[in-house]
This record gives sequence, C-alpha cells and structure tokens, in this order.
Amino acid sequence: MKPLITVEFFYGVAGAMLALVAGRIARDAGHPKRWGSALFWGLLSVVFIFGKLLPPVGTGYLLLAMVLLAAAGQVGRSHEATSSKAERVLRAGGLQDRIFWPVLLIPASAIAGSLGLAGIHFGPFALVDPKQATLISVGIGMLLALAAGLKVTRARIAVPVAEGSRLLQTVGWAVILPQLLAALGGIFAQAGVGPVVAGLVAQALPTQFPFVAVAAYCLGMALFTVIMGNAFAAFPVITLGIGLPLIVQQHHGNPAIMASIGMLSGYCGTLLTPMAANFNLVPALLLELPDKHAVIKAQIPIALVILAANVLLMYFCVYRF
Amino acid sequence: MIKLIGILVVAAGFALRFNTLLVVLAAGIATGWVAGMTFNGIMALFGEYFVENRYMTLVVVLMVPVIGLLERYGLQERAETLIRRAKAATAGRVVLLYTAVRQISVSLGINLGGHAAAVRPLIAPMAEGAARARHGELPEQTVQDIRAHAAAAENIGNFFGEDIFIAVGAILLMKGFFDALKIEVSLWAMARWGIPTALVAFGVMAWRTRALDRRIARAAKPPGPKEGRT
Repeated sequence: MKPLITVEFFYGVAGAMLALVAGRIARDAGHPKRWGSALFWGLLSVVFIFGKLLPPVGTGYLLLAMVLLAAAGQVGRSHEATSSKAERVLRAGGLQDRIFWPVLLIPASAIAGSLGLAGIHFGPFALVDPKQATLISVGIGMLLALAAGLKVTRARIAVPVAEGSRLLQTVGWAVILPQLLAALGGIFAQAGVGPVVAGLVAQALPTQFPFVAVAAYCLGMALFTVIMGNAFAAFPVITLGIGLPLIVQQHHGNPAIMASIGMLSGYCGTLLTPMAANFNLVPALLLELPDKHAVIKAQIPIALVILAANVLLMYFCVYRF
Repeated sequence: MIKLIGILVVAAGFALRFNTLLVVLAAGIATGWVAGMTFNGIMALFGEYFVENRYMTLVVVLMVPVIGLLERYGLQERAETLIRRAKAATAGRVVLLYTAVRQISVSLGINLGGHAAAVRPLIAPMAEGAARARHGELPEQTVQDIRAHAAAAENIGNFFGEDIFIAVGAILLMKGFFDALKIEVSLWAMARWGIPTALVAFGVMAWRTRALDRRIARAAKPPGPKEGRT
C-alpha cells in the first residue's frame, strides 16, 4: 500500500520556508553578512527539498560548503525589527485567550495522530506510512496552527515568514548541528569506535564483582552516549561489549531489567552532552540564552542523581528478578 | 585505539572554542581517514546521514513561522497574564507540572510539547510570569535560570516517560537487538522496568524546581542590612 502523505512533503514545505529565508536575506541590503547567509540558507533549502534525489556525495560537498561558510564567519543575523513589548501587550489584550487556539492545535493534532492517523485507509491507499505517523501529525498540526494563527490575528502571510526568518536566524548555523552530529555518530559507528570503548572499559575494571559489572554498564552507556550524542547508538555497542558478557552471561542477570535501566542511563548521558545538540544547544539558542551550555548546566545535577539511582536500582533488581 | 582520534578532535576542538560545525566535520574526516575511507567516501557518508536525519531540524523549521507570528501578537505576554491569576503558581511549580504532563503523555504514546512548540511560547513565559507575579522584576541571571530549567523539564519529561510506552523507538530497538541474538525478552518487562527510573526522575525534578524557587526568592529579595557591608 502506498501512503498518500509522506514526510517528504513536509521536508519540501520546510525547504520552501528555508528558501524564503534565503530570499529575504538576499534582498536585505542592510544585512551584515548578506551573501554568505543567503547562500547558507539556500544550500540548506536544497538539501531539504532534493535530499532524496541528490547523490549522497553531492550532499556531502554542499554540507562542506555550509560548514566552511559558518566557520569563516559569513553566516549572521539580520537587524530586522519585531514588535515592541508594549505593542504586544496591547494586541494580546485585544485577542484575549483566542491567541492560544492555534498553539493548542499542535498537541491536539499530535493526540489525534497517535490515536488514529496510522489506521486510515482509502481503499488500497493508506493515508500515511505508520512509521512516519508522529512526524506527519506534527507537520499537519503545524499547517493547521498556521492557518488558525492567520485567521485569529488577521495577519498577512508575509508576517509569519518574516518572524520565522528572524527566529531561525537567532538559532543561526547551529540549526544544522544536530544533523551533522548524527552524521558523525554514524561515521563513528562505521569506523568501529564502539567496540574499542567497550573493550577499554571492560579491561580497566574488576568486573568479576556483580556490582562493578552493573556500574561499568550504566556508566559505559552514559559515557558512550556523551561521546555519540545518542543513547540508541550507544546501546548495541555497550550491551554487546559489557552488558551481555558480564551482567547476563557471567553473573546471570535479567536482560530485560538490564536493557531498560541501561537505556535510561544512556539518557542521563544525553542530558550532559553538547553532542546532543537538538536537546541541549538548539533550545538554549531558541530561548535566547547567552550561554549556549546553560541547559546542560541546569541538567548536570539532575542527570548525575538519576544515573546514581539507576546503578543502585539495577544492582538491587537485575540479579534478583 | 587510533580509532578514537575523532573523540580527541571533538574534545580538543570544543575546548579551544573552534567553530562547532568545523570541529564535528574534522572529527568525522579524521575518523573516516584512520578507518581507511576515501575523502569522497567520507563526504558521501556525511551526506547520507545528514539527509536521513532531516527530521531533527524539520520541527524547528516548521514551527518557527507559527510561533513567531503568535509571539508578535502577544502570545508570551498573554501566557504571563494568565499565570498571574493562579495564586499558587511559582516558576518551579510550573516547570514541575510541565515535567509531569510531559512524562505522563509520552508514557501513553502521545508526543505533545517540544522546545519550539511549547517551551518557548508557553512554558518559559508562564514560569517567568509566575516568578514576576510574586517577586516583581527579576534579574537577567534569574530569567535565564528559569528558562534553562524549563528546557530541562522538556528533556527530562520526554526521556524518562518514553521508555514506559512499548511502541516507541527505544523499546523496539532493544527488542530488535535481543531478537537478533535469539535472546527471549518481553516488551512488557522492559517497559515495566522503565517505571522506577521515571519516578526517580520526577522526584529529582521536584527537588531541582524547589531549589529554583528558593534561588529566585533570594535573587529578588533586596539585600538586608546585615548583608550590605559597603
């Protein structure tokens, strides 16, 4: 069955938005980094729209160009003005709580999407690919929210484009960091970095003690997630290298408990690492925090306590149930 | 050991504050090179994974026009006004409540929220509004502290609710991993054993948000006669 709506459609919409950002910058004579920025957003737009059609090596070189533009300091923010605080308070008073409706459409669509979108068929055609249902329901929610937002505010379509462009430039070149880091994680995996790390940890510690095996596994998950920026990438490596041979085979632990708490230990690593840019760095930029590591700093005590609790939980449960 | 060169490049590059994108690209090239790949081969891998992971950037790009539009018409200000009516609200409680909502909804398989869709337009302004309603104008440092914790709540609620729902990536990935090794592991057992850590995570957030409220109260209070020694 061929799905009627695929996530490629939304990549196209996002690519069109990025092209509009590039176009606005190119027409803005007062932009401090006019051509470098326009080229950066333009190239990103090409990757979004034609990502599946371009040969990977071509995309790689486009990416190289984007990275070099950013490293040379040629990607900057515009001086476009937004509304003043007083103006916004006045408008907020006029619109009252109607301003919330568009934002609430996004979670509403997420709920509808998780409940039913995957099951809808028209004869032989599925509405969406079930594996993409979450992303697609977010995409649909965004389009509905945009339509509702335009209706509620009676703004012209140019307003969301201008404001979106301003916000994206606030995030700046860091917007591609999550994807680039994910690619680095993929290259680490291809090159076989994981088994080396797992081997080092297993060799360095007296893992004949059940507690040490548990601690090595949980800390190994967290550490390797810090390196990779992604607990999913750490899981197979550390579980094969440390978890299965030591906890399950040597000490006869329960694999379900080990895996579940082990993955959650990996998430503690995610909270600590700039490599997980989409969770830690991009939000700091979105919230306009001057210290882009501010979110990680807030998460350090939280992650360490949860990690310690995970080690204890696993030690007391994995050999018992 | 030589394969770990990429990690070294990342650590050194971040420490020396080179452009992050450049550091990441260099780490990938170094790692691929010691593993015997060609330059074109490395570029092809970067291209392939970059396209595969477009979903990471998709939500931000799609969300900013709507959020920007509504913010221009006073969304954040309205969220602040609304929270001022709730007398019991503090910044910490708003953040903690969001953690709970996020954890519960994610554990039921519903992915609502997000840094662009909820934290920036609603949660951060509400938390700041609650703090302003109690303490008046806040120092810039405190505002940043509140925002960082609102972002942290999004991550913690998301991560430590997710593994309780069986039909998500993490649980399915683990199941697939064990299936490939012919080890019998039940989906339900793995999901159930995510619950203790979820409770711990919520407890830790309760502690951190109370600490946040105490810091806000301290920062907002003008120094008493004993503290001022000029």
